[in-house]
Amino acid sequence: MVKKEEFEIRRKRFQTFIRRLRRNSLSFGASIVILAITLIAIFAPLIAPYDPNATDANQAMLSVSRHHLMGTDIYGRDVLSRVIHGARVDLLVALVATLIALGISSFLGSLSGYAGGWLDHLLMRIIDTIMSFPSFILAMGITAALGNNLVNVVIAIAITHIPIYTRLIRGEMLHIREREYAEAARTVGNPTSRIIFYHLLPNCFPPVIVQATLAMGWAILTVAGLSFIGLGIQPPASEWGYMTAEGATYIVSGEWWIFLFPGLAIMVTVLAFNMVGDALRDILDPRMRGVS
Amino acid sequence: MNPPLLHIEDLTVHFHTDEGIVEAVDGIQLLVPAGEIVGIVGESGSGKSVTALSILRLIRKPGRIVQGAIRFAGRNLLDLTEEEMRHLRGSHISMIFQSPRTSLNPVLAAGWQIERLIRLHKQEKAKDAREQAVQMIRQVGIPAPERIYHEYPHQLSGGMCQRIMIAMALVTNPKLLIADEPTTGLDVSIAAQILDLLKEMGQRTGATILLITHDLGVVAGYCDRVAVMHAGQVVESASVKKLFRQPLHPYTIKLIHSVPRVDVDMVMETIPGNVPGLIHPPPGCRFADRCQWVMEICRKTRPPVQSLDGDHLVACYHIGNS
Amino acid sequence: MGEFIEILDLSKHFPVKDQSADFRLLTPFHSRQAILRAVDGISFFIRKGETLGLVGESGCGKSTVARCLLRLLEPTRGKIFFENTDLTGLKGESLRLLRKAIQMIFQDPMASLNPRLSVRQVLEEPLRLHERVTVKEREERVLEVLEQVGLDRELLTRFPHELSGGQRQRVNIARAIATRPKFVVLDEPTSALDVSLRAKIVLLLEELKSALSTTYLFISHDLSTVKYLSDRVAVMYLGAIVEIAEAHELFRHPLHPYTKALLSAIPIPDPEVKRDRIILEGEIPSPTQIPSGCRLRGRCPLAEAICSEEIRLREVAPDHWVACHFSGMQ
Repeated sequence: MVKKEEFEIRRKRFQTFIRRLRRNSLSFGASIVILAITLIAIFAPLIAPYDPNATDANQAMLSVSRHHLMGTDIYGRDVLSRVIHGARVDLLVALVATLIALGISSFLGSLSGYAGGWLDHLLMRIIDTIMSFPSFILAMGITAALGNNLVNVVIAIAITHIPIYTRLIRGEMLHIREREYAEAARTVGNPTSRIIFYHLLPNCFPPVIVQATLAMGWAILTVAGLSFIGLGIQPPASEWGYMTAEGATYIVSGEWWIFLFPGLAIMVTVLAFNMVGDALRDILDPRMRGVS
Repeated sequence: MNPPLLHIEDLTVHFHTDEGIVEAVDGIQLLVPAGEIVGIVGESGSGKSVTALSILRLIRKPGRIVQGAIRFAGRNLLDLTEEEMRHLRGSHISMIFQSPRTSLNPVLAAGWQIERLIRLHKQEKAKDAREQAVQMIRQVGIPAPERIYHEYPHQLSGGMCQRIMIAMALVTNPKLLIADEPTTGLDVSIAAQILDLLKEMGQRTGATILLITHDLGVVAGYCDRVAVMHAGQVVESASVKKLFRQPLHPYTIKLIHSVPRVDVDMVMETIPGNVPGLIHPPPGCRFADRCQWVMEICRKTRPPVQSLDGDHLVACYHIGNS
Repeated sequence: MGEFIEILDLSKHFPVKDQSADFRLLTPFHSRQAILRAVDGISFFIRKGETLGLVGESGCGKSTVARCLLRLLEPTRGKIFFENTDLTGLKGESLRLLRKAIQMIFQDPMASLNPRLSVRQVLEEPLRLHERVTVKEREERVLEVLEQVGLDRELLTRFPHELSGGQRQRVNIARAIATRPKFVVLDEPTSALDVSLRAKIVLLLEELKSALSTTYLFISHDLSTVKYLSDRVAVMYLGAIVEIAEAHELFRHPLHPYTKALLSAIPIPDPEVKRDRIILEGEIPSPTQIPSGCRLRGRCPLAEAICSEEIRLREVAPDHWVACHFSGMQ
């Protein structure tokens, strides 16, 4: 009898999971797209038909064909292979930057929200300062100051994203710390650090998850944008923004494929991230019930 | 007994959720004589609030009124168009809810919310409407009505907000006022004041009141008749005196004995088991699993409603066997 | 001195921005700060092994008292003694260790459980934090506690939203008794429950008290339940205790006008019983504007000139204390 009840509960949970996914069909589709892009990024060397850095003057500026599904660029490099490898760079930068930002923000935001007082005031003023700069300009400034390489782009993006997450987490924390289970955690004898980081912080995450997926999209745009203007990634690295910049000069002369495909890659990826937020939040929330 | 103002016949309401069809109200019958205060008492999940909302046809998806008739002053409300229902709501049939602070519009002044209704339903001129609103505030026992007119709900206490709600409900002189747990969340002394007010206003305006509550004490103190609901069904209904003097349904009996009293010492009993789930409810009597007098037939078919002394109705096979 | 728990002159004041401040007055010279005196200098004691009921309406401060006892809030003034140890001075680790002996059961069963923790995690936590036991012993204790509150062991893997209201409250109770506390504060443990559930939980609490030999402080606005469970009852109004007596005595012979009014307002589930309602004028004043002298002044039917003088609790009958100028003349 015990086993049967257990089975029932598991079955119910699974059904709810599927139901949620199906209801957010758009997000579901978007998550498939992201999964695909991630796999492409991971297995890039195996999937790409050519070496993305292999130049071949004879094959330069070829339009879309059976041999080169996305054509070749001015140096004869296969655009498709470069786009595939570009996924690695863009996704990795966006992901690492987001994770770093989340890590730091979780700590700062929860501390700020729970403790209140002068600590909260101080942190919020610092956050305000960062937020007063348009984020892209700030990213430009940081990258230019630290130097043009991948690591610094990651740092720049992380810094520009910290304010958003910190504020969100702080806001949730302000709300949650008044709840009775926070009080209960204290009466049971938890030290304050455990109350904040083990009990309350995980419950702050749902809105942050949605924000994080949106922010991933922005992060990719920022990487691409920085490379587009010549900061950050250096050639000959395949990176979508840089490739789009290269291809932009050839629009007028008619070689449309050089900018279009990397541009499309950026668009599809960012769109997918924008749409996946809802589904991800629902899946991670233990509380959401199925109501039709 | 007065002629019925409201007669609910065989009302069934289902909710279509992801997990299945919730049979929230199952073929209930209710008679509300004009001019009386009739109570519906039951625990959460008993279907009392759904019944109230059904009268005003406020049940929205995923809920559906599956069958039944709700006769109000001769007409079956379930046959009316939405337009006709809208005409009734707020003017012929009014409703007040629990949590008065959240039921009032937080961005509008209290008095203005009353005045709006006057203008809407009675088409009075602005000046007259304003005066009537202030009068109404005074009538519900709020001192300094002209000042309170301008206050916002968050500036008023819970008790005052509920009085404003009552004012809003009665300003159009409805024939029927439905009060859904109007004192839940209010302090004991304030709750008593509100109920007194409700009773007084009912007598003054001649309105019939349908009082929905989970508190047997409230039923005993204020209602003339009462219907007891359990798991979507009406198990017993009678005049209040008869119900407390001679409760017939096992649920009613157990319920009365499970409520501790301040005036006498008693042994508190519990009702075994839990309210059955309403998604695949048991075919027979829904109290069968919790009843100490349960018989074979109770689980198989739903007990028919028997009538004793004309107005004491019970749905139980055990009656007449004890 | 020497009682199990002693509260001496406990006060908790909150500074609040005056809500009704007129805009024009909010200049730097006019910042209006009111003080919300939630608990205003109360003293009482709890005997070992008894259940003390604490009743009152909203704004009376009973929940604040509970939180001060648990040190969830810091008292503004006053002392709390637990088995002759001064609680008010404790900090850090010694305070945390105290939590083993003093526990609380909260009102809202859903809100007092972390939605992300399973029942097992909830119940293991107090044991992890306080007892040096092996994994096996901990598991045994969890099962033992689960059984004591009448729950099936299969509920261990469930999350709060997968439990019914009654089950959640039992989990709450189980959590509170896991460390075998000597003193449990029950803050409206049945208010959020249905009538039939209430009875079951009340009986469970009664059972547990004798099984564990604990002491209870039972806070509620539901006087009928308080009468059923309590040995003695204290009545609070606007931050002060106005009457305290043995339970039956209080309900049979209430002496303070507020107590009488309160009792007369409780609905009785019996239409034959006719009662005289004692109605207090007006509404409960805000705890930011507590009347001077007797707190019930302005609402009390007995009020006279002498009521503008302060009045403290005094023993007018054996173990029956009242704060009223006219008691003792009953």
